[in-house]
Amino acid sequence: MSRLLALLGRETALAWGRGGGPLVAVGFYAGVATLLPLAIGPEPQRLAAIATGAAWVALALASLLSLERLFERDYEDGALDLLTLSPTPLELTCFVKCLGQWLATGAPLAAAAPVAALGLGAPLELAPLIFGCALLGGLAFAFMGGIGAALSLGARRGGLLTAVIVLPLFAPPVIFGGGAMDSFVSGLPWRGGLALLGAYAAAAVALGPLAMAAACRNALS
Amino acid sequence: MHANAKLSKRLADRVISHLQLRNTAIRRGGRLLFQDVCLDLQAGEACALTGPNGSGKTSLLRAVAGLVTLDAGDITFGDLDPTEARGDGLHLVGHADGLKAARTAREELAFWTRWCGGGDFGAAADALELTALLDLEVRRLSAGQRRRLALARMLAAPRTLWLLDEPLSPLDARWRGRLSQLMQTHLDGGGMILAAVHDPLPVASRSLELSA
Repeated sequence: MSRLLALLGRETALAWGRGGGPLVAVGFYAGVATLLPLAIGPEPQRLAAIATGAAWVALALASLLSLERLFERDYEDGALDLLTLSPTPLELTCFVKCLGQWLATGAPLAAAAPVAALGLGAPLELAPLIFGCALLGGLAFAFMGGIGAALSLGARRGGLLTAVIVLPLFAPPVIFGGGAMDSFVSGLPWRGGLALLGAYAAAAVALGPLAMAAACRNALS
Repeated sequence: MHANAKLSKRLADRVISHLQLRNTAIRRGGRLLFQDVCLDLQAGEACALTGPNGSGKTSLLRAVAGLVTLDAGDITFGDLDPTEARGDGLHLVGHADGLKAARTAREELAFWTRWCGGGDFGAAADALELTALLDLEVRRLSAGQRRRLALARMLAAPRTLWLLDEPLSPLDARWRGRLSQLMQTHLDGGGMILAAVHDPLPVASRSLELSA
């Protein structure tokens, strides 16, 4: 346990500093959320209609930013070898790494998501749901993203490859979360979408580490 | 020398008493690196692994650590289960030391000591004369100091089998001598060492040559 706590502390610290850390991710997020109204036009009705969707897609893109380095840096400098040589199963190690990724970038992005959506004209009552969806979605993005990051180990331009592998896996949470928020705004039942998002996040957390560990072992051998 | 005495106090719970490689072969990228390599290493013995560049020394060390799969043959750790033996019975020190350049030596040593199940790293840092350097970022350390940090990590969590990939190369003459003493202490305490080297390894009681 002390071992995993030490790893979580280290991973969070590394993710915090990785490529500028959460500030850059949040900055990128703010940038994408600002560009969209510039492309679509400033009419408030039109913006309000796409506000939640835009904020949600921008969140998925911003989650990609630091994924590239999640395993690659440890792979390149040999730390992954040493993390493997431990009584702790590699699956658990991967789980903790993704949890650190979520704490360091997913949580700050989730805090920024309601702000971006409100800025685009989403109704205020929606803010808690956006935050909740962003937290759950961030968990799915981190754990599904980890699979892509582990699979692209050792590849040239691994970051791009990670994005190509991971974006299709991001589709279900984007659909479920977007659906929940849309239903909420139109006064329809929205809990179903949130439950599906939660189920997807739970599946990602449970199954992702198995795939990541297998991909890491494959990259090391 | 008192630091040495402290370090040799006790090896980890999981003591590997016997390392055996039987007719091992490794193929990398379709090319056969070596085949029919056998080795029998008992507690207290060190083996120097020699051979030209590209002959598979690093791959052999990584195969013992379980990171590379064998093409043929097998590796056994006495009567221990290989997964358990590799989990907390051996240390691997290679060219890629896993130390993060942006973190301080103290942060890195503290983390790895905890990760490897060691207790206090103070004695290990003393033995490698790193105490004054601990607050520097790893990027500020020279190659030799960095290697000493990797070695301190190894000493801080006692494990039986040391797999060393050219441990001497970045070290100066004084530290080569000092490392030999540390290795001897480890062997005297019932440890085992398998080291890939280009220069003679004074503590090695046997050698294994891989030909390209």
